Amino acid sequence: MTRGGSAQHAQSLQMIGPADLQESLHAAQRRQLLRFRLISAVVWVALILLVGGGMWLASGAEFEFVTTSGPVIVLQGAPITVLVSVLAITFATMLAIIGALGRLSFNPVFNAAASFYVSLIRGTPLLLQVYFIYFALPQLDIVLPPIQAGVTALALNYGAYMTEIFRAGIQAVPRGQREAAQALGMPEQLVMRRIVLPQAVRIVVPAVGNEFIAMIKDSALVSLITIHETLFLAQRIGRSAFEPTAALIIAGAVYWTLTIIFSFFQARLERRLARSDR
Amino acid sequence: MMGPGSSDAMYGSRPPSHLGEVIITLKGVQKYFGSNHVLRGIDLEVHRREAVMLIGRSGSGKTTLLRCINFLEEPTAGSVEIDGLRLEADPTHARSRRHQEQIRQMRLRAGMLFQDFNLFPHMTVLGNCIEAPMRVRRIPRDEAVATAERFLDKVGILEKRDQYPSRLSGGQKQRAAIARALCMEPKVLLFDEPTSALDPELIGEVLNVMEELAHEGTTMIVVTHEMHFAQEAADRVIFMDKGVITEQGPPEQVLNDPQEESTKQFLRRFLLSRVEVPAATE
Repeated sequence: MTRGGSAQHAQSLQMIGPADLQESLHAAQRRQLLRFRLISAVVWVALILLVGGGMWLASGAEFEFVTTSGPVIVLQGAPITVLVSVLAITFATMLAIIGALGRLSFNPVFNAAASFYVSLIRGTPLLLQVYFIYFALPQLDIVLPPIQAGVTALALNYGAYMTEIFRAGIQAVPRGQREAAQALGMPEQLVMRRIVLPQAVRIVVPAVGNEFIAMIKDSALVSLITIHETLFLAQRIGRSAFEPTAALIIAGAVYWTLTIIFSFFQARLERRLARSDR
Repeated sequence: MMGPGSSDAMYGSRPPSHLGEVIITLKGVQKYFGSNHVLRGIDLEVHRREAVMLIGRSGSGKTTLLRCINFLEEPTAGSVEIDGLRLEADPTHARSRRHQEQIRQMRLRAGMLFQDFNLFPHMTVLGNCIEAPMRVRRIPRDEAVATAERFLDKVGILEKRDQYPSRLSGGQKQRAAIARALCMEPKVLLFDEPTSALDPELIGEVLNVMEELAHEGTTMIVVTHEMHFAQEAADRVIFMDKGVITEQGPPEQVLNDPQEESTKQFLRRFLLSRVEVPAATE
């Protein structure tokens, strides 16, 4: 063998070595990850069976109740829960953007009004607000049907909390963004609408997602003003079938499933919005 | 001694033949930040097609001066005039609608480049360039796109037009920002340390674009620490110290033969820290 040949051989060995190592390292990492996920899944299933089954046994309910009344609670209750939550979060977001602009405004009237709104709503219980809008407003001849009243109360309440989220989001947009837009001659309103708000929305998506998930569960409060949503139906059907605990378990499963579904969409939305930041 | 406003003081013996009429006039511009007197009375005239470089220690007020020209900082006193539009500092009514609108008109005359670029991250490079022309100048989309493409080509990043800023290098970002500013067709460009945030190997590509603009006769005021660039591209170098202009003139005079003690000190420290390495290898 020539000297040049052996040098070449040594060089090629060097090149194969690390690549092999990398390959086996990757394989080991993949195996570890797979094992981790498998065990996680098993634990999840075991815990669901344990907790769900335990609760079910404690309720002493007949399984027949699930097949007869379950579909009623799920098919009639869940759509109303989703409808109320989606409407309320939509209006709450609009209120929150206006509220945040008010909290950051140099106009004393706008600023004070926004601060007052946030303070009042955050300072009183949501349940009281629901009752007030449904039972007290009619005395002022403002009569809202249950769903409208429920959506209004939830939107007002969440709008106040989300005002602070949007305010923080707007303030988190770097100052240079606003300055660059101003330096291009954009008037204040355009700077806010085209440059600051789109970036603020991106920043607050995770927080708004959390609010929406909280909203799905808080929408149960409007069962108290006779909206036929999940919890309301569960209570009524459970009472008449003498299976109140089993009905509550079904309602709980509905809320939980809904939040899991929306968490999934939230994660997708966050990934999509992050696209330009990659 | 020659007054700071006389053209002898500003340009020495070389007649500024390629320069046009005065386009920017600053009179008695002062700025306080709280009790900190950052600008202590600045008078400045800049001519059409002139490239002015502002140098000085950090804290000497050069960036504040630049930001006062387009009212990103409201001056505490004094007046700024750009291309016939004159605006008095009015800090007590800074937020009034009338004053804000006048400021906006000033900003349409003066494009600004920032140290950290400030491209809009949620828009593509092209989107960055056509946003203001379309929505502020009301230029139709296809026309705005054509203009943007022309300037993106000029700064050498036309192939990046559909990328988001996060996919660009620092030098490409600053060149995109220059194209964005040019798209508004301002009368003057203000550069605030445009290469300070860049990796050393990316500085050149930005300075090349700026030098080209200067040689084409773009009116510009540049706050910079790049002395070699100032030497090459400036019509006039202004040295600022403690909120006043202490020395100005053609680059070869201010940079090579400074008269004021503070200028000498500044340049000495500068040359020591900058030139030491290549000098040792010679």
